[in-house]
Amino acid sequence: MNTRQVAVAGILAFVVAAFAVGMSLYQKRTQSAQDQTVRAEQSRLVRMHSPVLGPQGAPVTIVEFFDPACETCRAFHPVVKRLMAQYPDDVRLVIRYAPFHQGSDQVVKLLEAAKRQGRYQVVLEAVLEAQPLWADHGRPNPDLTFEIAKAAGLDIERARQDMAGPEMQALLAQDVEDLTALQVKRTPTFFVNGRSLPSFGPDQLAALVAEEVAKVKR
Amino acid sequence: MKKNASDKRSATALTRSGSAWVWLSAAWAVALVATSAALFIGEVMGMTPCLLCWYQRIFMFPLALILGMAAFGNDRRGAIYGLPLALGGMAVAGYHTALVAGWVPQWWIPCGAGPSCSNQALVILGNVQIPWLSLLAFTAIVLFLFVHLRKTRP
Repeated sequence: MNTRQVAVAGILAFVVAAFAVGMSLYQKRTQSAQDQTVRAEQSRLVRMHSPVLGPQGAPVTIVEFFDPACETCRAFHPVVKRLMAQYPDDVRLVIRYAPFHQGSDQVVKLLEAAKRQGRYQVVLEAVLEAQPLWADHGRPNPDLTFEIAKAAGLDIERARQDMAGPEMQALLAQDVEDLTALQVKRTPTFFVNGRSLPSFGPDQLAALVAEEVAKVKR
Repeated sequence: MKKNASDKRSATALTRSGSAWVWLSAAWAVALVATSAALFIGEVMGMTPCLLCWYQRIFMFPLALILGMAAFGNDRRGAIYGLPLALGGMAVAGYHTALVAGWVPQWWIPCGAGPSCSNQALVILGNVQIPWLSLLAFTAIVLFLFVHLRKTRP
């Protein structure tokens, strides 16, 4: 290799290294900034109206900011269920809504209507299961969720009435205000006893939950 | 003007380079059609590209330009510069195809508000998946460029 070729390789290596360093520094900075924000806004994590799955008084709380149209949320659902089955008395799941996709706010209201009829979990499962049918990001069809919920045993007429009420809108607005203050930009976003995941993935969630359960047991 | 041995030799050489040029142009034609189709699907039909589609566009669009210039000037160097782009595009398209076919586990990426790379209805022409067509296009370009480069070896 002659001098020119060495120079080209050298410049390339330098820029790649600079990118890697910059990326690592930026991610560390935003992570710590987000942790600070979350600590400051702890009260926004759980609201009175938020659906709670699992033992109400459990010492470890997983808060999940969730979008019914999000595929990763759907993929994570069995992971979260497994964690709750692993620690049946210690872990509860609080669901907050992050209706980022088009039509998601309608489905969220449907879920809340299902909660009022005591059918939250069945309808949630059914809606998530059938997600590929109604949640095409290019052409979302949230109206399909009515049929899905009906098949899961929901009284649709009553649900529609509930969905049109002002409390539903207020609930949604509160969740959106909270997620904005907490800087939640993607779904699912998890907080375990107020702590965010160091990086995104099912193992990281499991590890964080295990850590918090161990702390509580001590 | 009498035909002699050197005329015959240059005629053969011209024919050889002529047939090699066809392969270069074929590669360019594939890139041009693929680029046009991508722009049509994106801008005219309004389907927003997902992340992997953006990367494939990054590899394919310059090929339409570079290979076009190479074909126009019958320049072998253009084929050499195009090859890494075609190979890179092939790798991304291959990964995308595997993702859609379920051969590769979905990366744990949280959703923002953009289009998805796997559950999106990426079909056209009935039931043919777009990532598959992209893989086909990149592979064809790689093959054609290889043939051209072999035939024009100095």
